[in-house]
Amino acid sequence: MHLSLKLLRTSTFRLAAVYLIVFAVSVGAILAYVAWNTIGILEQQTDDTISAEVEAFAEQYRLRGLEGALDTVRRRSAQEEDGVYLFASPVGRRLAGNLLSLPAQAKGEAGWIEFPYAADGPRGVERHTAKAFHTELQGGFRIVVGRDVEERREFARIIRRTLFWALGLTVVLGVSGGLLMSRNFLRRIDQISATSRAIMRGDFAERMPLKGTGDELDRLSTGLNEMLDQIERLMKGMREVSSNVAHDLRTPLTRLRVRVEDALRTNDKRQYRAALDQTLAEADQLLNTFNALLSIARAEAGEAGEGFASVNLAALVTDIAELYEPTIEDAGGTLEVSAHGDVPVHADRQLLAQALTNLLDNALKYGRPAPNDPVTIKVVCSASDGKAMVEVCDSGPGVAVRDRQRVTERFVRLDESRSEPGSGLGLSLVSSVVKLHGGDIELLDNEPGLKVRLVLPIEDGAG
Amino acid sequence: MLNSASDVLTSRKPEFALSMRVLVIEDDKEAASWLIKGLKESGHVADHACNGEDGLALAREGVHDVLIVDRMLPELDGLSVIQQLRQDGFNTPVLILSALADVDERVKGLRAGGDDYLSKPYAFAELLARIEGLSRRPAGEPQATRLEVGDLEIDLLARTAKRAGTEIILQPREFKLLEYLMRNAGSVVTRTMLLENVWDYHFDPQTNVIDVHISRLRSKIDKEFDASMLHTVRGAGYMIRAPQS
Repeated sequence: MHLSLKLLRTSTFRLAAVYLIVFAVSVGAILAYVAWNTIGILEQQTDDTISAEVEAFAEQYRLRGLEGALDTVRRRSAQEEDGVYLFASPVGRRLAGNLLSLPAQAKGEAGWIEFPYAADGPRGVERHTAKAFHTELQGGFRIVVGRDVEERREFARIIRRTLFWALGLTVVLGVSGGLLMSRNFLRRIDQISATSRAIMRGDFAERMPLKGTGDELDRLSTGLNEMLDQIERLMKGMREVSSNVAHDLRTPLTRLRVRVEDALRTNDKRQYRAALDQTLAEADQLLNTFNALLSIARAEAGEAGEGFASVNLAALVTDIAELYEPTIEDAGGTLEVSAHGDVPVHADRQLLAQALTNLLDNALKYGRPAPNDPVTIKVVCSASDGKAMVEVCDSGPGVAVRDRQRVTERFVRLDESRSEPGSGLGLSLVSSVVKLHGGDIELLDNEPGLKVRLVLPIEDGAG
Repeated sequence: MLNSASDVLTSRKPEFALSMRVLVIEDDKEAASWLIKGLKESGHVADHACNGEDGLALAREGVHDVLIVDRMLPELDGLSVIQQLRQDGFNTPVLILSALADVDERVKGLRAGGDDYLSKPYAFAELLARIEGLSRRPAGEPQATRLEVGDLEIDLLARTAKRAGTEIILQPREFKLLEYLMRNAGSVVTRTMLLENVWDYHFDPQTNVIDVHISRLRSKIDKEFDASMLHTVRGAGYMIRAPQS
């Protein structure tokens, strides 16, 4: 009951029902018109034929007298299969024709009658209905001229029956088809809503069912599934971040706490000072981590904020390189920059600059061939095929192929000894900034060293 | 204002920055009292308001050299206080304090009429350097074409620098760096202030890249001369000032 009620309420069923009513009414109207017209024309033709024959008989009688009329009636009786003829004497005795006696209905002077009679059929004598015109001729002779209308009656009955069945079938098929369609539709909608409830309950691996026909429900499900995938990715990211944050912030916080506790146990002013200095440094490091996380979160939220404008990537690269060059040279390294012309990108200058400084920071930290060797860094900015490209290459040990994917994740540090200070968020920020700008980050082999390649789309409407 | 424009240009400033009267509009009691203590120890006078309404009323007295305004305030938020003040025609320099560090937030703050923006948490030295810089910002002063500090002088039109009459060859960025330091002669400028004002980057790179730029500049303007002018202020930043004689 519940299901059928639900079925009746579905929009598909309602649509089917309305359509069915319209269809049934049209079919009924067309059939009725055709039947009425056909039957009417046939009846008219019969009546015309009968009238013509009656005229002809009367004419024969007038011209050729009784014998001529009887002769014609006999001939017609033999010729016309459906014909019903009777030529009777004034007392009603049959003189000629295939009708045995004057029908009881043939009263009065003249008129149309319908009467049953016994006809010779293929299976012996059958009772048929005839339609006839009877009239009295001069001298009191009577003629009855008619046609067997049994067949036509049958035809009309068949047409009526057909009409009835056609309508009945249309309604039955329409209703059941509508129900079937709605049930099918309803089942899939129910599946989708059941899935969504399962997902709401926390089963995030669940996905909307697909039939594979590419119909509108499949398209809807595909869209929903894509949305769910994205949500799952984001949630997974969030979960990872929170657990990583918990881990990576707890460690320095514990260290900080131990140090303060330690210092409180002593009475030495110098130790206080040292502890406070270290605590301050630790707090700054924590804040850096925190800021990096916030920057990543902001970039990943995908907000193209107010900071977005047209930026000449080549100029920005030159600018950042100029900022870093003295530091790299002071460390005995060399920085080679190749960035010319106008490479316009639609970007947040601050975020992009931060990404580039992160790459240079990394190159400076990890780009040495051996711990005390000077670092060689090369920065190249170029444009081709609607893509802007920045490559930051160093001369260090590079990143093993298996680590290249992992290293852009948050808090991943390949430097297991953690001899260099850092949060493990640098490349992660670069990656999310590049993605925010609709670009890609690739880690390649610089042979030797690491080559980080950022590819960004060139701003529309510019070279 | 206690500092006149001529002080900025020629830096006949006393050794210590002149005392300022600062209004702190901050609802966090502890943060406010720590700030006020720091300001007093640095020789300034500080007033305090705990909400936007009181802060606006105090600021309208027009007796302060600098306002420090927190963004999130009860009654009336910080940006509204600043907007209201600017509408009323007060152009007292304002430093906005905020826990919102986004560049977009910064832009909003400056658009509302703030003069500088500092995100929490911050180092006190950074805050001090910034408000001292603000109080010395010449309001509506015609653009100077020359700056002088002691025997060091730069020509902003010709982009040339001279010390004791000897020309110093500077890269364009070094010139901008020197210009900014000289505009704030006698006050501390922090690394972050330099990054923001000379390079226009509103984030801190992990590597301290500013120090090397400063030491290069120092080797150009100080090395050949007896008295050094470009000083490092430990834990805070840098300061350029005329040699003591």
